[in-house]
Order: sequence, then C-alpha cells, then structure tokens
Amino acid sequence: MLYRENGQYKTTYGADQQMLPILQDRVFMGALVLFAFVGMPLIASDYLILSILVPFLILALAAIGLNLLVGYCGQISVGHAAFMSVGAYAAYNLVLRVPQLNFLVVLVLAGVIAAAVGMLFGIPSLRIKGLYLAVATLAAQFFMDWVFARVKWFTNYAPSGSVSTAAIDLFGWKIATPVDKYLFLLAVLVVFTLVAKNLVRGHIGRAWMAMRDMDVAAEVIGIRPIYAKLSAFAVSSFYCGVAGALWGFVHLGSWEPLAFSINLSFSLLFMIIIGGMGSILGSYFGAFFIVALPILLNQVPAKLGMPISTAMASHLEIMIFGALIIFFLIAEPNGLARLWAIGKEKLRLWPFPH
Amino acid sequence: MRQHIGILSVGLLLLAGLAAPLATGAGSPGFFTEVLLGGLMAGVLYSLVALGIVLIFKASGVFNFAQGAMVLFAALSVARMAEVMPLWVAALLGMVIMLLVAIVIERLVLRPLVNQDGVVLLMATLGVSYFMDGFGQTVWGSDIYSIELGIAKEPVMILDNLFQGGILINKDDVAAALVAALLVGLLALFFQKTATGRALRAVADDHQAAQSIGIPLNRIWVIVWSVAGIVALVAGMVWGAKLGVQFSISQVALKALPVVILGGFTSVPGAIVGGLIIGVGEKMAEVFLGPQLVKAFDLAGGGIENWFAYVLALLFLLVRPQGLFGEKVIDRV
Repeated sequence: MLYRENGQYKTTYGADQQMLPILQDRVFMGALVLFAFVGMPLIASDYLILSILVPFLILALAAIGLNLLVGYCGQISVGHAAFMSVGAYAAYNLVLRVPQLNFLVVLVLAGVIAAAVGMLFGIPSLRIKGLYLAVATLAAQFFMDWVFARVKWFTNYAPSGSVSTAAIDLFGWKIATPVDKYLFLLAVLVVFTLVAKNLVRGHIGRAWMAMRDMDVAAEVIGIRPIYAKLSAFAVSSFYCGVAGALWGFVHLGSWEPLAFSINLSFSLLFMIIIGGMGSILGSYFGAFFIVALPILLNQVPAKLGMPISTAMASHLEIMIFGALIIFFLIAEPNGLARLWAIGKEKLRLWPFPH
Repeated sequence: MRQHIGILSVGLLLLAGLAAPLATGAGSPGFFTEVLLGGLMAGVLYSLVALGIVLIFKASGVFNFAQGAMVLFAALSVARMAEVMPLWVAALLGMVIMLLVAIVIERLVLRPLVNQDGVVLLMATLGVSYFMDGFGQTVWGSDIYSIELGIAKEPVMILDNLFQGGILINKDDVAAALVAALLVGLLALFFQKTATGRALRAVADDHQAAQSIGIPLNRIWVIVWSVAGIVALVAGMVWGAKLGVQFSISQVALKALPVVILGGFTSVPGAIVGGLIIGVGEKMAEVFLGPQLVKAFDLAGGGIENWFAYVLALLFLLVRPQGLFGEKVIDRV
C-alpha cells in the first residue's frame, strides 16, 4: 500500500535515469544513511562497533570490489585477499616512508598500486577463463603471501615479519575511538558504493556485463575484451586494495603476513555468492552474513546453556558455511539480494496481489 | 606442429632446469638424485589427489574442489577407526564411508544442480569441501593422528657404489610409489575391462549419447564419486602414514589444481605425470633456486615451493592451455 510508484511521472531523462527511481526507495535510503551516520553511533556499544560493524564495513567494500569482477565481469578470482594485502602493505610503506602524506591520499595510492598488481595478474584472463583463471589468481594469492612474508623491505625489516600502525590522523581528526573508526569507514564506504553503483550503471559496467554474458557477442558489438577485462581487474583490485589498507590500519592495527591468507579470499567469494553475484546490495548482505555468523554461532550455544569449545565452534562454523553455500546455490543462485528484490515485488502488490 | 614446438620448449625448459644445478656444481650428483627422488615422492601424493579430480571431471564435467577435503576426511576416518580395530578393517570401513559420501553428494548436491554452469558447480564443491573439513573434524577431532602401515621408516642407503655417499631413500616412500602404481593399474583395468568401466568412458565421451543407449547417468556419477573417494582414501592413508593426518592435508591438496592444469583435465596419465613434474619442480626450485633467491634479494628465508607450482602452471597455461595430455578444446576468450 505504501510502496507504490503510481503517480510518479518522469518528465525528464534525468528523472528517468536516476539511481533510485521510486520515491519511497529514496526516502528509505536517505533514512538508512541518516540512521547509519547519526543513530548508530548513539545506540551501538563499543563491542558491537568493533567486532561487527567495523569488519562488516571493510569487508563490504572488499566484497563490492570482488563482485565487480566476478559478478559483473564474470571473471572468477580466488585470490583477492592478495590484492587486499598489496593495498595494506602499500599503505603501510607509504605512511612509513612519506609521513607527510594525508591518509586519504595514501588510501587512493594504495588502491592504485593494488590495481596495478591486479592488472598484472589479470593479464592471463585475456586468454583463459573459468577454472584456468582460478589457478592464475591462486598463483597471485600464494605469490603475494610469500612476497610479504619474505621480502624484508616491505615489513621494514621487522624481525617477526609483523607490522604495526599508528592511529590515523585526518586533518587533525585522530581516528582512535570506535565511533571515530565507524564514522570514517562509513564515509569511505558511502563514497565508494556511489562510485561502484554508477560505474556499473554506466558505459563501463555495461561493457563488463556484456563480457560476462557472452564474450564473443560483446566483441562483435565493439567492446574490446582487453579494455573491459583489465579495467574490471583494475577497479576490482583498487577496491580491494583500499579495503586491505583499511583492514590493516583501522581494524587490525598490527598484522602478520597470514592476515591476508587464502581463507580470506574464500570468505570474500562466499560473501558474494551468499549475498548475490552482480549486485552491490548483495555485497553488503553477504559481508554482514559472513561477519555476523561466527559471532552468532559463538553466542547461541552459550545462551542455550550448552557451551562448546572454540575449536568445535570453528569446525561447526565452516561446516555451516559449506552447507549454506550449497543451499544458496541450489535454492537461490542469485543470493540474498534476489530475495530482497522478490520481497520488494511482493510489497508492491500487497495487500491486493491480483 | 605448433603444439609440438610447445611441448618441446617446455620439455627443454624442464631439462634445463634439471641440468642447471648440475652444471653450476651445486651439491654432489648423489645429493641431486636425492632431491629428485624426494620430489618424485611428493609428486606421487599430488598425483593421487589429482587422479581423483581427473576421474570426476571426465565423468561429470565437475571440477571437484573438495578432493582435498575428501582425502582429509578419509584419512581422519581411517586413522581414528584404526585406533580401535585392525587397520585393514578400518580401511574397508573407510571405503564404505566414502561410498556413502559419494551417494550423499550425488543426491544432495549434484542432482539439484544438474545442467548448471561449471563455475556454479565449482562453487558447490567448494562448499562441499568446507562442509567436509568441518564435519570431519567435528566427528573425528582435530589433533594430529598417525596411520601405521607397518612399513619401516628408516632410510636405506642405495647405490653407494655408484655415487660417493650413496642415496638415502625412505622405504615408506617406495611403498607409496608402488601403491600409486598399483592403483593406476587397477583403475586402468577397471576402465578398460569391465562393463561399468566402459559405461564410465562412454559418459566421459558424450553424456547425451551415453544416456540415449541406456546408461543411467545418476548411477554413473555415484560410481565415479565412489571411485574418486577410494582414490582419496588411498592418498589419505599414504599421506597420513608419511606426514601424519592433520588439517594441512586439505590445504596442500590445493596443489592438485596446478597439477591437473599441467597434465590436462581429462587425462589420467596426465595427472600422474603432472604430479611428478610439479613435485620434482618445486623441490628442485626450493633446494637449488631458493638459496640463490635468498642471497640475491636478501629474503627472510626460502619457501618458494608454496607458490612455485601455481606460477609454473600459470606459465604453462600461456603455452599450452589444454595441458600435456588433455584434449584440445577450442574456446574463444
């Protein structure tokens, strides 16, 4: 009843092409963003912010990045944690060696460096796809793991190989408290989401999707595969590089080479499968799901009065992950984002479905 | 002709790689042979995992990411059951368990996903792999367990009249190689001589044609997953006896991916040869190339065997995407 587009006439091309064409969507989104910026810091406890919201925001950014590549351009990657690590170590070295740089500049440069590495490992995608590409990206994963564990320069000759960072200083704003971290990440995420949403709506996103749906046909209508695929790798790695830098500086603070292992790559992949391939919104759903599930699994048995060991909890966790992946692939290959869309369709007709 | 040049160049590259340490005089020929044998032994294990992947890929077109998890699961089952019963009973029970696993996977995963994209199926097996890792460790525990095959582990000196110092070789490594050879022989017999084997090959050739002459696809899938499960069991037992049964088996088995790329997705001999090449290549690289790299770039230790296999496969893909023995599929990208 409330969610109707009746009477909303579009009289200009601009109105027809806007990101959220339905008034109710715009109101909802505005309210959501307002709540996220104002309401959430007031009600959320430090624990909630640090253990759920901060990792959620960063991983959502990384998941959007991976989704641009896998969901929109159809190029599979099982090594995206490697590009996150490139971003993290690039940011670390930039802050260490050029301390006068503003952190926002560092963030962008870290993304650019990650994009360059991503394009390098994306080159094989011009000749191979599917499984073969998976191996190419696995090579990126293991090679970058090794580089950051072994080449001492990247970790500034730290004997243990782990690096630590100071709190970020942004124009005199020290980002140290949980609420500061949350607000900073939220601002970054909003900007990057807007950019991603507009990228995929635009010319370049259409080129990616054409590439994904049928590469030969895409080439025939004048899309250059080199340009489309490498740009997808570059943008995707850029996002992951920025996410990696944030993961290191804001979430972890100090980290070891294993912080960006293949398990993180698999987690990112699961996020976009569960959330929905080819959907920005789905990246959010997936990231939230993957971040919240382990915490939920740890809390539930204790609440029910049957405590389980942490080892058992982690085994159950990966078991449930696996089962859910299969469940989603069978029941709803398009993920939680599709369920959301179905819900909206239903809401449009409600309460008179005929 | 171009293909032959490709094979030749790769062969030459490998030969050059093998000959380089000899030419530069790094270590004695005896030491070199020892490293070579060590690599071959590691390669046998990769081959066994890759073998399971190739079998499933041939019959159902599914790339089974979960083969490593199946190896771990089978090894865990046998190791834990062998604590309360004789090893051979545990192994037989393990086979039954792998059969059940195959049936469950076919029912709950493959059948609902029939006709889906290759990538969707790949993700599904990734899910299976996570599930089995978690399930196995929930049921059987997650410590390090051992499997005693009853083969002495002490190294034996051979060929000491040929080289100075001779070559050290482990008896259990030789046993592993023999087991692998025996398994391949049995599989070849099964595929060539039995009616089921012929049906399997028919399905591998052409699904629709096989179905049209009355071969039940679902049953074939169960059979081929069972066979892959038994191969996983053997791999798990050999591996467990050598290195202990632990979670890392599942991770190391990821290396089967470059192995099948190298050997070709559809070729059983390819899996064997690819596994041996990867095994030897990464040991050689670690022992002979690693120290050079560490010296040249001032690294904090070697460890290049972690990525060597993948990079080798990546380079190989650019030369010969269908692998050494795979069928050539022309697919525009």
